[in-house]
Amino acid sequence: MALDQEQNFQAKIDAEDKIEPKDWMPEAYRKNLIRQISQHAHSEVIGMQPEGNWITRAPSLRRKAVLLAKVQDEGGHGLYLYSTAETLGITREEMINALQDGSAKYASIFNYPAQTWADVGAIGWLVDGAAIVNQVSLQRTSYGPYSRSMVRICKEESFHQRQGYELMLTLCRGSEAQKAMAQDALNRFYWPSLMMFGPHDSESAHSASSMKWKIKRETNDYLRQKFIDQTAPQIEFLGLEHPDKNLIWNEERGHFEGSELDWDEFKRVIHGDGHCNRQRVQHHIKAHEEGAWVREALVRYKQKKKLKAA
Amino acid sequence: MAEVNKQAIQDYATRLGDDAVVIGHRVSEWCSKGPFLEEDLALQNVALDFIGRARMFYSYAAELANDGRKEDDFAYMRDHREYQNLLLMELPRGDFAYTMVRQLLVDVFNLYYLEQLQQSSDETLSAIAGKAIKETRYHLRRSSEWVLRLGLGTEESKKRAQTALDDLWGFTHEMFDLDALEQQLADAGIGVDNTSLQAAWTTQVKSILEEATLIPPEDEWKVKGGREGYHTEFLGQMLNEMQCVHRANPGLEW
Repeated sequence: MALDQEQNFQAKIDAEDKIEPKDWMPEAYRKNLIRQISQHAHSEVIGMQPEGNWITRAPSLRRKAVLLAKVQDEGGHGLYLYSTAETLGITREEMINALQDGSAKYASIFNYPAQTWADVGAIGWLVDGAAIVNQVSLQRTSYGPYSRSMVRICKEESFHQRQGYELMLTLCRGSEAQKAMAQDALNRFYWPSLMMFGPHDSESAHSASSMKWKIKRETNDYLRQKFIDQTAPQIEFLGLEHPDKNLIWNEERGHFEGSELDWDEFKRVIHGDGHCNRQRVQHHIKAHEEGAWVREALVRYKQKKKLKAA
Repeated sequence: MAEVNKQAIQDYATRLGDDAVVIGHRVSEWCSKGPFLEEDLALQNVALDFIGRARMFYSYAAELANDGRKEDDFAYMRDHREYQNLLLMELPRGDFAYTMVRQLLVDVFNLYYLEQLQQSSDETLSAIAGKAIKETRYHLRRSSEWVLRLGLGTEESKKRAQTALDDLWGFTHEMFDLDALEQQLADAGIGVDNTSLQAAWTTQVKSILEEATLIPPEDEWKVKGGREGYHTEFLGQMLNEMQCVHRANPGLEW
């Protein structure tokens, strides 16, 4: 019986049918999805912090409004993704607990500090840009609700990426100091953006089963290459120096080739050596704890209202 | 109708811009700090409305000034002594109860104020008020609902809401004053006669407080001075933060 179910399940996936919440699925598939979707949701929510940190200092009212709207969209993505994960039988509370106790991860890019105003542009352009490359491929992911959230999220993310790039372009066409600020932000965010695609395929812990189940549709290295290729001409158009001095165009392959990434740094930052690891989680815990009395009041109010109505 | 110069309307639009940008900034400080995600987003939405409103008022002031200044020059290049916002707007965000009680007091005021401003003989002010009042109706639905939840929720939420109310009440009287500029514009049918709003404001606020079992404070103390640029210590700090990037590199596009 279990074998038949598993065969049916794989047949469905092979036929490019979507798996829906009520369909039978292997426990490992469910777990893998919960891990990936909740990590994605947490990334959206934790990602509100580095940019949110600049809302009060945005240098024009237009930028302040654009940034507020952007951070609001990120939070909104967090909401859809938490709901998507909930279709797999986990509650938002459980997911938040896992984020706060460190058992669930978020994108390690947010462990890097947003130090200057240009970082807001670099994050929109590069971090959202890298996220989109990944998410576009996830529009074809095998789990129906996840695929549909990706379609919606991609539309908003590409808007953010254009806004981030436009912010960088404004700086690059401005004063020397503004351009230097843009260059500095690019230099710091370029490498960690490439690492957002995860380790090399040969090193990736979750890749094989994720590919078989079509949770992931493209490999880490394939997506990273795509991002490197799209970013190089964008850097040139800004008139900035490419952070990778070894970058060359390989005519035969039709791709750019650059330096090997510093994977030791990647691991160090994931495991706690980033400037913001503890800050991000503590910020989340603090807001959550400070809001506890508000959530309690809300629950109590609803109970009282129900009693009154009954 | 009395003859009113452009400068008076410009000054009037500027102070309305000040009110909006200052309260918008305070609400925006909640970003990533809300009690739960949905509420975090709703607060950002409210902040966004106020920032948008500030941009409309400042753009109009800039248009009237016609001296090359733009909306950002009004927001970023004026010091706190030049800001003429109501003091209630500039007080720190406080806890969630403080923010929500303040929003209630401000939203009810804005509702009546904008209704009047919509009747302005100045088409631009009337149009801005027309757009803003729709947002304010939504803001008020939220803040009044929250004050009910807090007042009728738990012991703690009620206590926090009452404390906020007691701390804020003395800053509300200023909303109903009329200085020479406002008097001149009210007489000309351009500005709002704030004194005429107090009765309706008091009735509505007290009715919501009563439903929430909160006690309206006595009118024992009154702090005023915002319209004259006489501010609390908080505004200077807030503007230092808000203006720091813009001022570090003045005269540039961002």
